[in-house]
Amino acid sequence: MKFSGFKVVKEALTGHAGWKPLWRDPDPQPAYDIVIVGGGGHGLATAFYLASVFREQRVAVLEKGWLGSGNIGRNTTIIRSNYLLPGNEPFYEFSMKLWESLEQETNFNSMVSQRGIINLIHTDAQRDAYRRRGNAMLLAGADARLLDREALRKLVPFLNYDNPRFPIKGGLMQARAGTARHDGVAWGYARGADQRGVDIIQNCEVTGFRIENGKVLGVDTSRGFIGAAKVGVAVAGNSSRVMSMAGMRLPIESHVLQAFVSEGLKPTIPGVITFGAGHFYVSQSDKGGLVFGGDIDGYNSYAQRGNLPVVEDVLEGGMALMPMIGRARLLRSWGGVMDMSMDGSPIIDRTDIDGLYFNGGWCYGGFKATPASGYAFAHLLSTDTPHPTATAYRFDRFARGYVIDEKGVGAQPNLH
Amino acid sequence: MLIPHPLLGPRDAQEFIYLGDATLMHRPDATRPDAEAAFCDYVFLRHNPAGVHRELWFHEAGDRSWLVVTRNTVTHEIIGAELACDVKLGVTQ
Repeated sequence: MKFSGFKVVKEALTGHAGWKPLWRDPDPQPAYDIVIVGGGGHGLATAFYLASVFREQRVAVLEKGWLGSGNIGRNTTIIRSNYLLPGNEPFYEFSMKLWESLEQETNFNSMVSQRGIINLIHTDAQRDAYRRRGNAMLLAGADARLLDREALRKLVPFLNYDNPRFPIKGGLMQARAGTARHDGVAWGYARGADQRGVDIIQNCEVTGFRIENGKVLGVDTSRGFIGAAKVGVAVAGNSSRVMSMAGMRLPIESHVLQAFVSEGLKPTIPGVITFGAGHFYVSQSDKGGLVFGGDIDGYNSYAQRGNLPVVEDVLEGGMALMPMIGRARLLRSWGGVMDMSMDGSPIIDRTDIDGLYFNGGWCYGGFKATPASGYAFAHLLSTDTPHPTATAYRFDRFARGYVIDEKGVGAQPNLH
Repeated sequence: MLIPHPLLGPRDAQEFIYLGDATLMHRPDATRPDAEAAFCDYVFLRHNPAGVHRELWFHEAGDRSWLVVTRNTVTHEIIGAELACDVKLGVTQ
């Protein structure tokens, strides 16, 4: 089934009787060439690119719950490539380019909307830092524009420009950044992978790895043993739990990050606005809800819910930035479990166990990376070499001293 | 979350700064021949359990003591708290 305007009109005229499930619900086969653990955004993207770009024939995705039940459905849907460091920026720009062609490649409306992102500037030092960042972005082929206060005021007149503590002096804008429909991304990848022969097996929890003589033979699951020549783990949030079954300790702590949405409002906020100094960022969904968030709670957690002090902190940040949201009511808040790595950057690498590969440590920035993460992980699984944009995301960077620390705060995950 | 401070009674977790796994109290011996690998483990690797976790909290807005708090990372239930110096000296286990 291919989606098209013609198909939509035809179904509208025939009582919508012709729509079919977007993917099969197959039973697991005894063995596969490649098994992906984790049916979230990154796992499904990996499967999609394995089948579509790398022409792998026998691939399965194992998901312990239902498809896309983790952080792909819990994030604040922002896509951007405004990083600074050379290990990061080319990778995220590669991701941005994949976002731009995603809907054509998957034939699925993921509502990718390049409505722009603005990082606010409050001091001269911050302007210098953002000018440097913007130049780093341009060097990596991304777009960046430094806005002065008046240019910014034309775009977003409703901000509190004269806040005594954080007066707004300008912003760094990436116009190609924006938002996407997060669930639609998972569904588009799942449908695309399924159409290319990938078995997506839901309600199938991996309970152990079968490893002999340093080589992985497959995974034990709640639906029996599944053999695999290669196993790729993409379970960010629960990476430490899953990899401990293979006897590994990771440079990762799990933390909870909260997100919020207001009641639906008329179109107000043109793109994404980040107020780093106040721990607040916001965009507006197509349904009209203001989607916003702030910092992680700051303590280890697997609870998928946070505590009230952070709710207060985020809302205070929002009120300081745009007092008009005081009139809006908060509709929902929720939490997701983040793989907070020791330098704030991800890992896509082989492990010391032959045939076992790892993708994780995405901190609170995994959603925007979904396409490139999947592509790079598929590249690694299929060719055994890292993708050119992901060569820095190695396990051994910590021991070698080549950490990728965007914020420069050291091995303290709750500060990233 | 309320942390049952052994000296001050229940205190709001907002008064504390979180550091992480309580094993960070046990710094490796820098004179050992394998000290480099041991420090790499110490600085970067974590058990990160889902469930009971012993962790260091600093009472910054209070008596500035370090506590070892035992907490469940799945439910956020706080099971107990001891002074880190007592733990280090072996007064409590």
